Amino acid sequence: MLRLINLELQKLLLNRTSKILIFISFILPFTVLILSSIKINFFGFFTLELGELGIFNFPIIWHITTFFASYFKLFFAIVVVSMISNEYSNKTLKQNLIDGLSKKEFILSKFYTIVFFSLVATLLIGLATFFIGLYYSSYTEASIIFREMDFLLAYFMKLTGFFSLCLLLGMLLRKSAFALGFLFILYIVEWLIYWGVYEITESTNAAWQVWNRLPLGSMYKLIDQPFQRIIMTKYPDKIDLTYDYAVHWHEILTVMAWTGIFVFLSFRLLKKRDL
Amino acid sequence: MEPILTINHLTKKFGYLTAVKDLSFTINKGNVYGILGPNGSGKSTTLGIVLNVVNKTTGEFQWFNGNLSTHEALKKVGAIIERPNFYPYMTAYENLKLVCKIKEVDYSKIQEKLELVDLWDRKDHKFRTYSLGMKQRLAIASALLNDPEILILDEPTNGLDPQGIHKIRSLIKKIASDGTTILLASHLLDEVEKVCSHVVVLRKGEKLYSGPVDEMISSHGYLELRSNDTDKLIQFLEEKKMFGKIKIEEGLIVAFLDQPMEAQDINKLMFENGITLSHLVKRKESLEEQFLQLTDN
Repeated sequence: MLRLINLELQKLLLNRTSKILIFISFILPFTVLILSSIKINFFGFFTLELGELGIFNFPIIWHITTFFASYFKLFFAIVVVSMISNEYSNKTLKQNLIDGLSKKEFILSKFYTIVFFSLVATLLIGLATFFIGLYYSSYTEASIIFREMDFLLAYFMKLTGFFSLCLLLGMLLRKSAFALGFLFILYIVEWLIYWGVYEITESTNAAWQVWNRLPLGSMYKLIDQPFQRIIMTKYPDKIDLTYDYAVHWHEILTVMAWTGIFVFLSFRLLKKRDL
Repeated sequence: MEPILTINHLTKKFGYLTAVKDLSFTINKGNVYGILGPNGSGKSTTLGIVLNVVNKTTGEFQWFNGNLSTHEALKKVGAIIERPNFYPYMTAYENLKLVCKIKEVDYSKIQEKLELVDLWDRKDHKFRTYSLGMKQRLAIASALLNDPEILILDEPTNGLDPQGIHKIRSLIKKIASDGTTILLASHLLDEVEKVCSHVVVLRKGEKLYSGPVDEMISSHGYLELRSNDTDKLIQFLEEKKMFGKIKIEEGLIVAFLDQPMEAQDINKLMFENGITLSHLVKRKESLEEQFLQLTDN
């Protein structure tokens, strides 16, 4: 396994474009965190201090940081897609196989790298959140700090699932631009399915139930939007605002199943294909 | 003899097109093999199949008696197909390091092989800055990294200038003289004739001949004759049993021998029969002529 990760890391880190993109995908989430902790002074009229809103309190901070940081996954998605398309355009995929890498090892080296990067990203976000939380949070008891850390697990699964989807699209379409375009089409198709189910059953609940199990939908559902929760903490008496924002094991299982399917299909695709 | 690669009834279909049809042959240790065939005869497809990049339709092949899985066996094989494929943004050294990781070979081999192909002083230059000849030589260095039991080369001199061709050819000869088994696919016949001891001839995916090069050129050669009395000469040749086909090309009479015979004996025989020759040459057919005869129709 280490040999396969090592192999892929050499391919990625010696390539300037992917090195920059990897750097951005790790660094950008933090700059946003830092920005949001700065006091914004609106020409002396009033001061907006995000830290004062209570969003950096434990345990809600786990929810908020993972939710926003996951938007920056697109940068590494470009890396994943281009690491496949480059292998095709340079014909190095063919050469790798001739040199004695099996097709299974090739896919695994990509997948392990995806897992490795997701793990590093999760770890970085986890540490950053922990320290920012310690600095701003009104509550610093261990039991409250470590509550809801399952958002980190959800974040990790979300990244791994999303990048595995990129891996499959890269293998399928061989061109980065097509693969990223297809990702967008898939996003629209999932909403069309939502609309279709709603038209048939006339129930938003049923439509959400289906949407939450589609590839992109299930990944989004792992970490629900935190805005409603922020408002909830401000107005605890408004009961109609309550919603289920927790990370559920069945949500994680759904994404895991999709991840498995994506990786397996990538392998089948490569196995069937004449290079 | 120890077989390195055995191919049994291998067939590959691309839709309606049959690229390789029921192909069988064996590569034994220590020989230099050539796969000959016109463009599109299935050479590259056959190599692609045994190298794990093209899926076979039916049939089977075995590396090293089938003791290893294909990708494990390929770690003991060195191969270059079509054109050199490396990561353009890496230097020669980094590219070879990657190959070492795949083949699980020690990095110390890199210097040895780069020196062999005269690229050691360019090792820190990026692959994309290389000329085609240098790329091809890097590919050879890469294929030799693991000291392979067999080296597979597909059109290794394609697109090179004469110096480049010469350099690659002398490299191949050097490698062959070290006892490495070589499988060379080419449509350049003099290349195969100069380097190979055995040939497999393909046409439209079918095997036409496989065996030693000498046996392929099996005829006893032919004579080019000219005399002032052409009619008498032809009449004489037709009466004698030892000549096969006789034809006239640009005033020269070409007669194919059916049995071994030396030029001096022929000259003597002619003179005894009252024919004086103004031109007598005995020639052996080249591989090219033999190949064209085989693949013609």
